[in-house]
Amino acid sequence: MHLHKYEKIWLVFGIGSLVLFLVVLGVAAFAFGHQPPSHMASVDPQNLEESVFAEPGLEQINENTYRARLIAMTFGYSPDTIEVPAGSTVIFEVTSQDVVHSFTIPGTNVNMMITPGHVNMAEYTFEEPGEYLVICNEYCGTGHHYMQMKIEVTP
Amino acid sequence: MTQSNLAFNNVSNDLDVQLDPKDAKLSFVHIVVAFFAFILGILGGLLQGLARAGIIELPSWLTYYQILTAHGVLLALVFTTYIIFGFFFAGMSKTHGAFSDRLRKSGWLGFILTTIGTAMAATMILANEASVLYTFYAPLQAHYIFYIGLTFFIVGTWISGTGIMIHYFKWKKRHSGEPTPLFGFMATATIMLWIVAGLGVAATVLGQMLPWALGWTDEINVLLSRTLFWYFGHPLVYFWIMPAYMVWYLVVPKVIGGRLFSGSLARLAFVLFLLFSIPVGFHHQLMEAGISEFWKYIQTVLTFVVVVPSLLTAFSIFATFEQTGREKGGKGVFSWLKKLPWNDVRFFAPFMGMLFFIPAGTGGLINASFQLNAVIHNTLWVVGHFHLTVGTTVVLTFLGMAFWLIPVVTGRKLTKSMNRSGIVTTWMWTIGMFLMSGAMHILGLFGAPRRTGYTTYQDAPQALEWFQGIFVSHITVAIGGTILTAAGLLMFYNFIYLAWFAPKGHTEFPMTPAPNDTPHTPAILENWKLWIGLVVVLILFAYTIPIYDMINNAPPGSPGFNNIIK
Repeated sequence: MHLHKYEKIWLVFGIGSLVLFLVVLGVAAFAFGHQPPSHMASVDPQNLEESVFAEPGLEQINENTYRARLIAMTFGYSPDTIEVPAGSTVIFEVTSQDVVHSFTIPGTNVNMMITPGHVNMAEYTFEEPGEYLVICNEYCGTGHHYMQMKIEVTP
Repeated sequence: MTQSNLAFNNVSNDLDVQLDPKDAKLSFVHIVVAFFAFILGILGGLLQGLARAGIIELPSWLTYYQILTAHGVLLALVFTTYIIFGFFFAGMSKTHGAFSDRLRKSGWLGFILTTIGTAMAATMILANEASVLYTFYAPLQAHYIFYIGLTFFIVGTWISGTGIMIHYFKWKKRHSGEPTPLFGFMATATIMLWIVAGLGVAATVLGQMLPWALGWTDEINVLLSRTLFWYFGHPLVYFWIMPAYMVWYLVVPKVIGGRLFSGSLARLAFVLFLLFSIPVGFHHQLMEAGISEFWKYIQTVLTFVVVVPSLLTAFSIFATFEQTGREKGGKGVFSWLKKLPWNDVRFFAPFMGMLFFIPAGTGGLINASFQLNAVIHNTLWVVGHFHLTVGTTVVLTFLGMAFWLIPVVTGRKLTKSMNRSGIVTTWMWTIGMFLMSGAMHILGLFGAPRRTGYTTYQDAPQALEWFQGIFVSHITVAIGGTILTAAGLLMFYNFIYLAWFAPKGHTEFPMTPAPNDTPHTPAILENWKLWIGLVVVLILFAYTIPIYDMINNAPPGSPGFNNIIK
């Protein structure tokens, strides 16, 4: 197949940028550990009271680290408020007791799908005090737009 | 002589063969359904945009999510599919000769089944029994008639598509050793993609959702259903884009008075689309649990390969523009641009679509970027993105196409006033989409969610910001949407006029002459067995282990939830 000279230049440019993009993504993922939320643990969505989600809420792991086990449901989260001091790192472990939801903190990179039967995880360090809004950004029924919770970050 | 006159002279000097009237009729019924879906979908979009911005309140018998479902299904699925098949039936008849009676019958059978399916799904949506949005994610459960309707829709398109492919392969057999006409090659690649991709949605609808909605099974594997949906859902966008590319590759060069730059590259691009748009569905599932990082990354890599045929297309099309512009006397680096027929809607509308594809494609790379997706996943950014790709690039190309395709199949003329009306429609669409999609992109970056009714989250300061400001506001989205609706209404008028009221006469079916390199096209590009084999290998590579894992390590299933969608 005959290729025009400009076309060859263009193809080298295209394939070169493709390789560059993928190397950037790959290095960020596998060398720096920037992975999308992909937790593999599962639970029975109809029997959450017999799982680690029996008492959802906040648990302190060490001085600055907390684990928040939360349940997403139509149309809210349990619990609907948590409070941590500024500078804390919170590990969110979230599952759904019914349909697909999300756990999204606008303004941060915490944005994960919550599918029934799976637990998803994300981690975030709250440096600035204030009130953080958490919303569901996956349609989950007629009350979807009311679904929210708050994270209070105290000074 | 002005450019617009030149374009019309082409029409009157054209000596091309007329379409077989029976094939023209089959094409025409598809176009009619497409435009009625178009106008209903657009009006749904208007209501939705105004409601989302808090400008109007919907009556109690109509819910936001019901209109959202109707808007998505009517525009993304019904309009696109019907206009694509209308284009394919006419184009195949023009380039490969009239369909045999048997194949044409299969086209009618496909049309009837698809239409019955559409009617069933639409009825359930109107009855508020299927407000599950266009992605119908389990375990939200629609009425079983909705799922049966979807099945009819898919199977109908398979029957029509098979008829088109048989027509192509019969031509190939009769002319063995010759390169096939590009139109048939590209249509066949598109339909193969559609059928292979459709297997995924058929598997989840028939194997999982229908038995569950009928009460034969109690529970559903949610992750598996989502994976099968996106196995189909991403190639679906290529099913829209490839026919738009066909207009760019085959029609636009003729409209501007030139010929396509290279046939080999065009074929190569379509083969690459077929190979690399199916095994990539995970890039829609980057943010969910149950799929390991490794397999998500593999599919990210495969997703990015699609950059290559897109860049090939950009090169070919602009090379064609430049070649033609220079033949017409354009000199210098850019002055050949002036030689293009800007006053001809058949060129201008697809061209604006191409222009929008530059930011649209860039946004697509951002969406598919492994980690970066967290910033924009399920925000309004995504909605802005596909209103640029499908809603602008593809739709403007199809609207431009309608201005010659409708008169061709109805035996009428594209009048000068209709051409002017088309230019106005294109400008309105462009401006409306610029405002709407631009605001959506920025709102998304600020975290505003997609698929969400009017809400301020109990006046959370962050959410209130999404309603203020000039360009970062739901209000701007609604203004853009209103301009788009006006463009849609004008287009619907254009359609009615061209279909039933334009003066009788002959309109050219613009089709590029075979590119200069056609006799030297590498034979391997015509080797469908090889390409289908490679498609299967890639799919097995990208999906076997993750799907095995989803089935074997599945959590307990989910019952249906149908009361929360009414």
